[in-house]
Amino acid sequence: MTKIFEKPLYPYERSPDQDAITPVRHKVVVIGAGPVGLAAAIDLAQHGIPVVVVDENDKVSHGSRAICFSKRMLEISDRLGIGDRLVEKGVTWNKGRVFNGEDEAYAFDLLPESGHKRPAFINLQQYYLEEYLVDRVRELQAEGADIELRGGSKVSAVGTHETHVSLEIDTVEGPYNIEAEWLIPCDGAGSPTRRMMGCDFGGRVFEDNFLIADVIMDAEFPTERWFWFDPPFNKGQSALLHKQPDDVWRIDLQLGWDIDREEEMRPANVIPRLEAMLGKDTKFQLEWVSVYTFQCRRMDKFRHGRVLFAGDAAHQVSPFGARGANSGLQDTDNLCWKLASVIKGDAPETLLDTYNDERVEAADENILNSTRSTDFITPKSGISRVFRDAVLDLAQTHEFTRPLVNSGRLSVPAVHDSSCLNTPEIGSFPARTRPGASASDAPLPNGWLLDQIGGEFAVLTIGFAAPDVPEGVKLIHVAEPSDELKTRYAGDGGGGTILFRPDQHIAARWAAPSAIDIANAIQRAKGA
Amino acid sequence: MLNSKPNIADHDGFYAELLNAHEGLDEQASAALNARLILVLANHIGDRDVLSQAIKAAKTTSK
Ligand SMILES: Cc1cc2nc3c(=O)[nH]c(=O)nc-3n(C[C@H](O)[C@H](O)[C@H](O)COP(=O)(O)OP(=O)(O)OC[C@H]3O[C@@H](n4cnc5c(N)ncnc54)[C@H](O)[C@@H]3O)c2cc1C
Repeated sequence: MTKIFEKPLYPYERSPDQDAITPVRHKVVVIGAGPVGLAAAIDLAQHGIPVVVVDENDKVSHGSRAICFSKRMLEISDRLGIGDRLVEKGVTWNKGRVFNGEDEAYAFDLLPESGHKRPAFINLQQYYLEEYLVDRVRELQAEGADIELRGGSKVSAVGTHETHVSLEIDTVEGPYNIEAEWLIPCDGAGSPTRRMMGCDFGGRVFEDNFLIADVIMDAEFPTERWFWFDPPFNKGQSALLHKQPDDVWRIDLQLGWDIDREEEMRPANVIPRLEAMLGKDTKFQLEWVSVYTFQCRRMDKFRHGRVLFAGDAAHQVSPFGARGANSGLQDTDNLCWKLASVIKGDAPETLLDTYNDERVEAADENILNSTRSTDFITPKSGISRVFRDAVLDLAQTHEFTRPLVNSGRLSVPAVHDSSCLNTPEIGSFPARTRPGASASDAPLPNGWLLDQIGGEFAVLTIGFAAPDVPEGVKLIHVAEPSDELKTRYAGDGGGGTILFRPDQHIAARWAAPSAIDIANAIQRAKGA
Repeated sequence: MLNSKPNIADHDGFYAELLNAHEGLDEQASAALNARLILVLANHIGDRDVLSQAIKAAKTTSK
């Protein structure tokens, strides 16, 4: 059977651009059809913006890579039209165990809050995510959207100009040139665009290696995240076991710094390691294996004029905490409505600077969390190891140390507290839904709040009479709010009116705003 | 606020008990015990500001 990641999904086809006398200029070009590039293209197409995606490859991600997707990522995927497929195929999990040496230190249950459409996390192979995104591109094309996916098209040169960006594309039939009014490089951690533009990518490399393997096995292990510190089968190092769909299991084995990567990746070396972990009697098959050194780095700025970097190209984190693809989709969620507004002449170009500000802040938060996890898993000095082991030794008997155990703080959306797009608020409301935060989902009489908000500016009013909203702005008036809706949104007066941006982040909230208050807040959120 | 005035009733007894706990331990085991003790005490204190003041106080010695 051919694996999904071996099948060309968007093979090279000759484009009319290749026969044009002068380079054809496109509104937006996205470089890279990874999860982030595809999400960007779909989002823009849904906003009615024509977009071309070019990728040197023509297949989905080789091997699973990302497996753990967060609630916010699923909510964004709902808006992109693939949320149901992800959740139906994915494995929903809440429980985990932490082992220290031979013993179980403790078990945990994430106990997700009720009243949300989407679970806290699902596990799903990255190649399924990419496959569903490609399917969604095809669906949009069938509906007549101006979205194009060009495989076998490698960007080999980039030139920036006042009014556009020029690109050279390499194909099997030779190179050709195109132009883009706006360029979104989503060409991954090794971003050739970043290199061609001479942009820096500073940060830390962690002196450690991890063997990452996906095995297919019919095993009795429960659907839990198991993490070992210093297990008998990998002395002095750590290990992870986590379930994916189709009886595929993710295994991470920490290897240490001084190793021979090529040697470690050979099945003759990998299989005995896995046997030691899983037990000799467990039958398994190796689907994919790789050895990684992790790093935390980011670009200084994500916006360089008409070039807007997103995803791993802009920032890279270690996978502990599942913040790579999850945060990449939050980049495009933040960027696409802004870029669409600018292109439509509905917002000033400076709105794009807030993409830079908000997502750089988010990247720093992700890097901080991911660095802390990595420092716990790979203590960087004798004394940090002493404290790490002290935490683990106490964890079994002293509950208080369990929150200190850091095998990854799973991705939560950043709150843009200091964003200039927020309207300062008057009154007392729940902190979780303050301006800058992403919307908290809640049940409505006719479905879910986030589905109702959708992807344009929207106003929610609970408890009070509906306000006047500017034309074209969606009004969600809930006369009889659920308890969840009230706890998450109502102020001291028992109600409130909340303005959501198209990326479902909160822009403003009031007790009883006038139509002018709302119109002003929308202008402000558009960077006017 | 970090209390830096004398605050332990049986101070000599406490000091002896602390050293006693390290009796017979090699350097590594002693370091581990100290680390566990710091964690237990820190959790008991809980107050984040007090903990920062305590770390600062411990870092500032006359040496
Ligand atoms: C072991 C591992 C586990 C992970 N686990 C998680 C997890 O649980 N959760 C999570 O959220 N993230 C996880 N990640 C991170 C996640 O895989 C990445 O963040 C994600 O793939 C980034 O997507 P992207 O679209 O930015 O880049 P990529 O997926 O790297 O895609 C880049 C694309 O650009 C194309 N490209 C490159 N150069 C050119 C060029 N010159 N011209 C044209 N096209 C080009 C490539 O062909 C590729 O398709 C993990 C990563 C690893 C390695």
